[in-house]
Amino acid sequence: MSVHSKTKKVDRETGKFGEFGGRYVPELLVPVLEELEEAFYHYQDDPQFHQEFEYYLKDFVGRPSPLYYAERLTKKLGGAKIYLKREDLNHMGAHKINNTLGQVLLARRMGKEKIIAETGAGQHGVATATVAAMFGMDCEIFMGAEDVERQALNVFRMRLLGARVNEITRGTKTLTDAVDAAIQHWVEHSDDTFYLLGSAVGPHPYPVMVREFQSVIGRETREQILDAEGRLPDYLLACVGGGSNAIGLFHPFLDDKEVEMIGVEAAGLGLDTDKHAATFSRGCPGIIHGYKSYVLQDENGQITPVHSISAGLDYPGVGPEHSFLKASGRASYESATDQQAVEAFKLLSEIEGIIPALESSHALAYLPELASQLDQDKIIIVNLSGRGDKDVYTVAEEMGTDLK
Amino acid sequence: MSRISSTFASLRRKNKTAFIPFLMAGDPDYELSLEIIKTVDRSGADLLEIGLPYSAPLADGPTIQKSSRRALDSGFQPRQVFEMVEDIRRESSTPLIIMSYINLIHKFGMENFISRCRQSGVDGIIVPDLPPEEGEELKKISSQIDLIWLLSSNSPAGRIDRVTRAAEGFIYAVSTPGTTGSREKISLEIKNTISKIKEIRKIPVCVGFGVSRPEQVNSLAEFADGVIVGSAIIEVIERAVNSSPGDIEDADSGEDAEIKEKSPASINQQNLLSQLEEFIINLTEPL
Repeated sequence: MSVHSKTKKVDRETGKFGEFGGRYVPELLVPVLEELEEAFYHYQDDPQFHQEFEYYLKDFVGRPSPLYYAERLTKKLGGAKIYLKREDLNHMGAHKINNTLGQVLLARRMGKEKIIAETGAGQHGVATATVAAMFGMDCEIFMGAEDVERQALNVFRMRLLGARVNEITRGTKTLTDAVDAAIQHWVEHSDDTFYLLGSAVGPHPYPVMVREFQSVIGRETREQILDAEGRLPDYLLACVGGGSNAIGLFHPFLDDKEVEMIGVEAAGLGLDTDKHAATFSRGCPGIIHGYKSYVLQDENGQITPVHSISAGLDYPGVGPEHSFLKASGRASYESATDQQAVEAFKLLSEIEGIIPALESSHALAYLPELASQLDQDKIIIVNLSGRGDKDVYTVAEEMGTDLK
Repeated sequence: MSRISSTFASLRRKNKTAFIPFLMAGDPDYELSLEIIKTVDRSGADLLEIGLPYSAPLADGPTIQKSSRRALDSGFQPRQVFEMVEDIRRESSTPLIIMSYINLIHKFGMENFISRCRQSGVDGIIVPDLPPEEGEELKKISSQIDLIWLLSSNSPAGRIDRVTRAAEGFIYAVSTPGTTGSREKISLEIKNTISKIKEIRKIPVCVGFGVSRPEQVNSLAEFADGVIVGSAIIEVIERAVNSSPGDIEDADSGEDAEIKEKSPASINQQNLLSQLEEFIINLTEPL
């Protein structure tokens, strides 16, 4: 299966998605981002770069990941046919490695020796530490102190892989503060340091670049569903924090008007509480971390604290291309609460023998509502973006089981 | 000619370098912050830069981050800055520049923000996360208000050219790659950037980021039209806040908690103001 395919040209000047996206950064970062953009577009056109990328995706990551027909889940929900795109089976257990691999290959070509990255759940940190170890590069991961506590297992994995974990104790001590700290570190060390951003967010060219590296998900899915069913799916379903797994799945289907796309964000304790990360449901357009998009903010424009049981969705912004897809009506966005996600987590474990990440569980949580209303000849594909081993402590606690 | 431009013109005639202190509006609270700004203004400011506290200040180091946090924790909100400016304007005609992150302006509504600036007597705006490429819209509507752009030692020649030609008021030259905050040493690489700017246009260039000592001010004054000092001044405020006899319930609760527990009312205001005055007189002595 070919990983490389021509994608639509985006505006090379600014990386705008309608009114969203752009490059709202301190002056010092502008030349650094221009250099990155130049290198990215240069290697986008380089067959050798793609050959190397494909080689590692296949032999190191284990791609293509299967598209699995979840027969028992389909029967249980009694409606549309449900397929799972098994990104959880990638090396290290999540979709994140598609992007970290692409970016580290770029960093090497740009002659950067040090890699830094932010992480929420720790999945991106692990995926970054993995590729840094693989190429023998210095690696520092910025992670909120609260996430360090919630995701002790991933912190240990990162350290095993030779990365330094820089615990961020300011602000809400979660992903958003880790991003701030990583960007600030980059501002000071951009001469020898590559900032390996983990989602389709941030200033241009990151949203475009991350989407391109993650689009392998959607390209494979497209071929696989055509093989299995002889037609395209009716629905694509993916969880959205920053939105990289979702945009990676959606993007190769954008021109297929018959395919509906739904992103599911984290409603935390509920949309009517102040503890959620539902950027589309409760946010409005603003600027965060160098890009314009929907942002969770108060009436004064201060970024508001966010909450989700899943550290990977605990983020007050969302990828600018998602904001564009929402504004244009091409995709729609729903939400699932902590509790709904935990129920989906348990359900998939019990009836399919697959323990999903809590992030992916948010997408799964929307299935009962969607699948049961659809006829049996409809097809839904859910992006199972990661595996849930890292979350068992959290879920056990939620269920009142003491593992310690 | 804007008030900023005429101030630089008059300083040039006297062969003087501008001193531009930066202070955070609302730190540690509205009242004391206003007194601090007035005191600093009287102690020798040629222009004043006033920051709006923001929850995610990307370009700022720990000192200004904490300053922002103190202001927000006191309940201060950015819109109150206009009230503050009106108050300052009653007794001072020092050119006044507002520093705000773009999201605050966006949320305010750009036109609304600019018209409030005009009404209250603001002369210029610095938006640290708005490079000129993204600033077209703001520039279009901000007549009578100087939009001050930044350049740094890593800005390529083409960029220096574009920004310099579009500049208003003065150009803010970032001394050292990094975030704001006091530094032991300041690289003089920025000197090259300033020479390039001056070849294009005779616009004032002021250097900021990291300036904290009289000897740094002295060496910058040789080639810059102004020096901007923020964190070093705010450190004086921070020390006063941290050493005030607040009612700390839990001495082990960490620095952040400690700051929150202390009410600005318990700070010895007169002491702080005279410390600031002394600090600034000392700092600007070389000018």
